[in-house]
Amino acid sequence: MSSLEKRLAAEKRFKFYGMFAMTLSLFFVLILMYKIFSTGSGAFVRTTINADVYFDPNFIEVSSNSSKKEIMKASYVNLADQVINQNHPGLDEENFIKVREMYTRKFDYQLRDYIVNNPNVIGKTVNLDISASSDLDQIVKGNYPRNVPEAQRKINDYQLSILDSLDSKGKMSKTFNFWFFTNGDSRDPETAGILGALMGSFYALLICFSFAFPIGLLASVYLEEFVKPGKITDIIEVNINNLAAVPSIVYGLLGLGMLIGVFGMPYQVPLVGGLVLGFMTLPTIIIASRASLRGVPPSIREGALAVGATKMQTVFHHVIPLSLPGTLTGTIIGMAQALGETAPLLLVGMVAFVMEIPGGAFDPATGLPSQIYLWSESAERGFLEKTSAGIMLLLSFLIIMNTVAVLVRRKLEVKW
Amino acid sequence: MVKKRALSLKFKKNENLSSLPDYYGYYVVLLVFFPAIIIWFFLLIFKSNFQEMFVMSPVLFPDVATWSSGKFGLIMNKISNLSMIVNLSEIDLTVGDKSILKMASESEIIAAKNLANFDKIYGWSNLTLFIILPVLLGFLATKSISGKLNAQPIVEKIISYVIKGSSYIAIFITFGIFFSLVFEAINFFRYVNFMDFFFNTAWNPNRAFVINASEGFDQEALKEAFGFVPLLTGTLLIASVAMLVAVPLGLLTAIYLAEYASSKVRDIAKPIIEILAGIPTVVYGFFAALSLAPFIKDVGEGVGLPVSAESALAAGLAMGVMIIPFVSSLSDDVIKAVPQSLREGSYAIGATKSETIKKVILPAALAGIMGSFLLAISRAIGETMIVVMAASLRANLTFNPLEPATTITTQIVTSLIGDVEFDNPKTLVAFALGLTLFVMTLILNIAAITIVKKYREKYE
Repeated sequence: MSSLEKRLAAEKRFKFYGMFAMTLSLFFVLILMYKIFSTGSGAFVRTTINADVYFDPNFIEVSSNSSKKEIMKASYVNLADQVINQNHPGLDEENFIKVREMYTRKFDYQLRDYIVNNPNVIGKTVNLDISASSDLDQIVKGNYPRNVPEAQRKINDYQLSILDSLDSKGKMSKTFNFWFFTNGDSRDPETAGILGALMGSFYALLICFSFAFPIGLLASVYLEEFVKPGKITDIIEVNINNLAAVPSIVYGLLGLGMLIGVFGMPYQVPLVGGLVLGFMTLPTIIIASRASLRGVPPSIREGALAVGATKMQTVFHHVIPLSLPGTLTGTIIGMAQALGETAPLLLVGMVAFVMEIPGGAFDPATGLPSQIYLWSESAERGFLEKTSAGIMLLLSFLIIMNTVAVLVRRKLEVKW
Repeated sequence: MVKKRALSLKFKKNENLSSLPDYYGYYVVLLVFFPAIIIWFFLLIFKSNFQEMFVMSPVLFPDVATWSSGKFGLIMNKISNLSMIVNLSEIDLTVGDKSILKMASESEIIAAKNLANFDKIYGWSNLTLFIILPVLLGFLATKSISGKLNAQPIVEKIISYVIKGSSYIAIFITFGIFFSLVFEAINFFRYVNFMDFFFNTAWNPNRAFVINASEGFDQEALKEAFGFVPLLTGTLLIASVAMLVAVPLGLLTAIYLAEYASSKVRDIAKPIIEILAGIPTVVYGFFAALSLAPFIKDVGEGVGLPVSAESALAAGLAMGVMIIPFVSSLSDDVIKAVPQSLREGSYAIGATKSETIKKVILPAALAGIMGSFLLAISRAIGETMIVVMAASLRANLTFNPLEPATTITTQIVTSLIGDVEFDNPKTLVAFALGLTLFVMTLILNIAAITIVKKYREKYE
């Protein structure tokens, strides 16, 4: 082989390496997405068992003219047991427990919610779809294998036979799992929902935005428009660049040590989480905002000054409005990063088990990513599904935010 | 807006205004809200301090000065629980929560009542602050408005202070980080010898709970408990696995995108690769723990190698994928910044494209590429969620990527999840670790930024 051929072959090989590396990187994106979607899609569907429910007044502590509060407070465990006895006649005590396990543990709450919405139902029989337990759900979805020895299964042979007989009667069905979007966290995978975490993240981001956006904007205005380059600006500049590269967990330590430790702010609340995320987002916003202020041509400033505006009027009436699209783009991207950030939330306590949906920035809450972390630590297969579904939700929020950022840039940015 | 009307009144009296009417409005608004917000902020921040001052008076508790902070917090908690009961009616005092009240000493009950009073006073003072102060100030400000008052310079002065203040906040945050880390780290080194921390090779923080007869911490146990070395090696091990993945893939991708790819491919591929950087790390962690680690374990066992389920390899691989875009997009920028004349010169003497890249462009771009590597390493060292979810919690002094290893960030998280007590070395060690991590990443970042800056100047 001549030397030229060798060189050309080397050229080809090198190009191939490059292409291979790029394809491999793209392949990683695909495989990650595929894995998440294939495990997570099941969480949006819930298995239900159709049952005739006789709202027997003998087993209900309240009547149809009780107040809503009384209905909410009463216990419906006996009613739930009664319903199972009716639909599966002739069970002995041992088998009854096995059948009860096939239904969700929150059976009684489901009955309660039905009564709250339809108080007149007491004394009547209604055909309802009752949620199955998570283990049964996983068997029906095929995530738990059926053909392994009984000891290795969470659903035993007797329960399987009941399942098959229910199935042949057409009583098993699947519904869209609204609970995933309307419930808070729960110990039972079938009733666990993401709304609590979503609201927690929402409040945290609200705090984060209202802290970081005004301060970031004003700080960049000061650095770009008012101060002559000098020692102090250099220090601030280096400082901001370094802050942007500080690991997020260090911000969590700041929140814990300073906000909670020194200022005595409460643990677990979105207020502290949001402030910490705000500290983290601030450098991103300042950097983006400064770049966009620099993009406003000097002629605008000079024109305003020439007609007699003060420096302050020039900046606030002319320069800032023109630079706002760039600042907003940077802010949205910064907020998207903040939404996905987990480590600081762990340190300020936003990883607890919280069932209630937080009503404000001062209520204990988890965040979306920390909820994902919490679920991923649970061993049950049902939570695995929830984890992936939570990730899907998180990713779709990120995609939406980034798309909005791109759109803002395309639509509003002025080209000079 | 209401203020504007007051101004137009002035206008009708035909006085000459020395500023634009709007500025009188801003002037009043700033005067009304600014002081109230500042005072409210301080009250909020120092609420707990005031509370403690008010409740823990030496009159009630003569020996308060000698209490440890743990005991102080405990009593404070008890009192605040009591204060809720005290606030209720008298019946509750005698019947419902008898046991709690019996457990409390006389002075604690008085303190609880004080606390309840304090809450009332605090609430009232907040109310005063938000209604009376603004109204009063608003009234005064409106009165003071006249044609002679030049509102514009005043308003601009206030705004310029606000602007200046917000740019200093960035510095305050840095100081906040530094001091909160340093103070708690100093507290930690009161329990644990400095040298023991940095040079011991054993990490068993649970030993810090071994308490000897005198209710102090067992010095011998503490000595053995916090050895930084295995954490450092674990961090470096996982980071190097990550770099082994990210450097070749990222660099080759950057070269391909910058030199070979058509602009169409570039426009599609670049954003997709950057998605990798936008994916939250908790997702990588989940992926590493759920799919990657079992896969590696199976493959390893297929070949006959013992692989741990929490191997450093799995965490490192996931982290490497995460870092690819950091390396690729920075290197891409750097490669594109190499002047075209260098390429053309190389082609002119007959070099192929790959020869040009290898012998001309890469050496020219080396400094910038090194900068991007340093930034990527600093990312890898500071990365938390992937290692928390996929790496081991147990320290292990090893350089074998198939064995489990733990990292600095993992240990920070594990020592702070659960009960946080600021007087226990097990909690405080997180701050010492955080300080070390902060310093490490700071050095890497400064080095990277300086290198990249130097490089840019060379070609601009």
